[in-house]
Amino acid sequence: MHGLEFDIAHFLAGSMVVISLLLLYQDRLYALINVFAGHSLTLALAVGWQAYIQEAHHLYVTAGIALVFKAIFIPVALHRIIRKLGIHRTLEVVGGVGRDMLAGAALVALAILVMLPVTAGADALAREDLAFALAVVLLGLLLMISRHNAVSLVIGFMSLENGLVLAAAGARGMPLAVEISVAFSVLIALIVIGIFLFRIRERFDSVDMQAMDAFRGERRR
Amino acid sequence: MPLPLLLSLSMALLTVGIYAIATARHASCSRRVYSVALAISGVALILVLTHLLTASAPATLTLPLSLPWLGAHFRLDALSAFFLIVVNLGGAVASLFALGYGQHERAPERVLPFFPAFLAGMNLVLLADDAFTFLFAWEFMSLTSWALVMAHHQESANARAGYLYLVMACFGTLTLLLAFGMMAGPNGGYDFAAIRAGEMTPGLAAVVLILALLGAGSKAGLVPLHVWLPLAHPAAPSHVSALMSGVMTKVAVYGFIRIVFDLLGEPMAWWWGGLVLALGGITAVLGVLYALMQHDLKRLLAYHTVENIGIIFIGLGLALAFQANHMYASAALALTAALFHILNHSLFKSLLFLGTGAVLTATGERDMERLGGLIHPMPWTALAFLMGAAAISALPPLNGFVSEWLTFQAILLTPELPQWLLKFLAPAVGALLALSAALAAACFVKAFGITFLGRPRSPAATQAQETDRYSLVAMFTLAALCLLAGILPGLVVDSLAPVVGLLNGGAQLATQHTQPWLTLAPIVDAKSAYNGLLVLLFMALSGTAAALLIHRFASSASRRGPAWDCGFPDASPATQYTAGSFAQPIRRVFGSIVFQARERVTMPPPGDGRPARLEVQLRDPVWDYGYAPITMAVIAASTRANHLQYLTIRRYLSLVFGALVVLLLGMALWR
Repeated sequence: MHGLEFDIAHFLAGSMVVISLLLLYQDRLYALINVFAGHSLTLALAVGWQAYIQEAHHLYVTAGIALVFKAIFIPVALHRIIRKLGIHRTLEVVGGVGRDMLAGAALVALAILVMLPVTAGADALAREDLAFALAVVLLGLLLMISRHNAVSLVIGFMSLENGLVLAAAGARGMPLAVEISVAFSVLIALIVIGIFLFRIRERFDSVDMQAMDAFRGERRR
Repeated sequence: MPLPLLLSLSMALLTVGIYAIATARHASCSRRVYSVALAISGVALILVLTHLLTASAPATLTLPLSLPWLGAHFRLDALSAFFLIVVNLGGAVASLFALGYGQHERAPERVLPFFPAFLAGMNLVLLADDAFTFLFAWEFMSLTSWALVMAHHQESANARAGYLYLVMACFGTLTLLLAFGMMAGPNGGYDFAAIRAGEMTPGLAAVVLILALLGAGSKAGLVPLHVWLPLAHPAAPSHVSALMSGVMTKVAVYGFIRIVFDLLGEPMAWWWGGLVLALGGITAVLGVLYALMQHDLKRLLAYHTVENIGIIFIGLGLALAFQANHMYASAALALTAALFHILNHSLFKSLLFLGTGAVLTATGERDMERLGGLIHPMPWTALAFLMGAAAISALPPLNGFVSEWLTFQAILLTPELPQWLLKFLAPAVGALLALSAALAAACFVKAFGITFLGRPRSPAATQAQETDRYSLVAMFTLAALCLLAGILPGLVVDSLAPVVGLLNGGAQLATQHTQPWLTLAPIVDAKSAYNGLLVLLFMALSGTAAALLIHRFASSASRRGPAWDCGFPDASPATQYTAGSFAQPIRRVFGSIVFQARERVTMPPPGDGRPARLEVQLRDPVWDYGYAPITMAVIAASTRANHLQYLTIRRYLSLVFGALVVLLLGMALWR
């Protein structure tokens, strides 16, 4: 492995973690979607670079899918959705940048602590990639549980999925069919979630999950 | 060549079951299904009898079925041949009985498809030679018998029995699954040949023993795992009850024997035998005590199954104790006793259940308090039931006596055991066994006396009619076998010899049929011997002589006196001695401690028109102290966990996230 190739791959994967951290403290929805677009763009670049250095041509397709769907189509669709819902100016209360950043940093540390000893036999690039991917997944989950807005939940879910694709691209061996079907299922998820967002909005006048809990008829504990 | 034939017979039974699904509503289907089942069981019986009697070498067969890397292994050796005899004999007789009895079935479409499938399941359990096939067949047997229990599911008691049965069957299979997992080890050698060849540490083997006791014991009805049995067995149609009680419990015992004696090999510690022995003793006495308190004829019989399973396990426990001390001659005696009792119990318990089925058809009643006087309308059923009752009460010259006598002979050898605990335990268990035999006799005096003697206690009992010919032939076949096994025990013991040899490292009892006068002398140098033929001759001669003497010498002069009122001057049948009256003295002695029996007399004040009432309240200690706490704990835990059903989506996500982080942290810190 040449030094430069490794460095670039490392840089791109690391950038994804950094962008995941950026996602954590975006309190405006437009900004959140834009950062997510950046996240997906970085993913497309990372996967494309992997395709180049591994000479695995099917990964170009994966990168293409990430670029077209996740970096362009989904952000545009989400833009339209929030404009239609009229929540594009909503400010979401994010519970303290410092707290989220500390938690995020701890998760990244955890991911590295777990992955590096486990993959001791694998080559350096795969190890780094897996550690970064796990960090992205964990940060996506953290995003999902720290937000109230349903659109933010969707963004968290999509960024988590980006982490999975990163892991798969680094691990050399995920067949293209799997990747296409995953991308397809994410699209379906977007459609379903989009429809649901409108339905929820129609029913409850809000896409705030906390407001919805009150309607479930259960006593809050 | 019998093994492929036996397998194809099982497949044929399954096919009959499928055929029955399609045609169960036709009137002629019942007769067709049962006659085919009878024919198949008969052929299988002849096949395995020849296999056992000619002492053929074990046959094995591997079919490319089941798990792809394992295949389905089948094996026919002496042990499975013996149990196949029990199963197919029971199956043939139950089918014969059902040729007549099945005509009265209210819902034939719920019985006919499952009956042959149940028989096939039991056959396959006995033939299986790898853990997967065994467990699959075991579960198939459980499920088909569950379907038969639920045949009349509209009655809420049956539905409850079925539910309890299903829970216990799942529990039993789970423990067996764990036991096989332990034996197969990390390499997953699931076929029995690999398990036999493998070595186990004593600790692991002890765990397997306990799991096998739980798994097979819950199916066989070992106290405290018996609770489902007296509910489920009576709920099925009577010929199925006969199969479940007489035969399926034996398949469970087979599972225990196969695992503990065959797969584990030599017992590794003496306490194994002590544990099994103690459990057997407790089961025997508690089973018969429960039975005495019952007035439902079928439930009484089901509780007696629990008792007899106890007796069988006493024999097995003794065998384990002897084997652990390398006393193989004594172990052979104990094993012979247990196997003999397995055969005997399958004969007389099937007979009694079939008799109850005949009574049920004739009167529609199972409650003894509403029967009575049936010996007049149903003399042949009464005779067959009486023979079964005498056999299960261990009266010579019938077969029950022989196996219990052999068990006592084995207990008498226990003073030679080196362990003091066993030296003390075995005589105590012997006392329990004697007690249970006596109580069983009392119980069957009650069962026969109240049901068949006296005067009818209900209109239904008055209008009873003798049962059909098929049922009578089935019952008398079993009665004749009970008598034959009782007067010619030496032949049975000899044919059991290969089975005993297989389980006992080659050691078996001395050949019996060469003894003079067909005497049974299990321990050659001791003086104990039994000759059923002579006992029968003596009974016949002395009975005839007594009758002749009385007729010859009794005074023929006429005497005058008050007319005898047969003990009840009031002419109402309700003043007769009842089942409750029979049980009352024994309830006073044992029930107040074991069952916390409480009697309450409600005497209305003078002028009040209500009748006086005597109420008896019994509590089941096993249920109160064993199952009720478990049920309460499960309910409490699930109530606690219930609010997990109503969390918000963020809480659920947080739970997932928290669990993931904790696991990852654990992984990071562990290494």
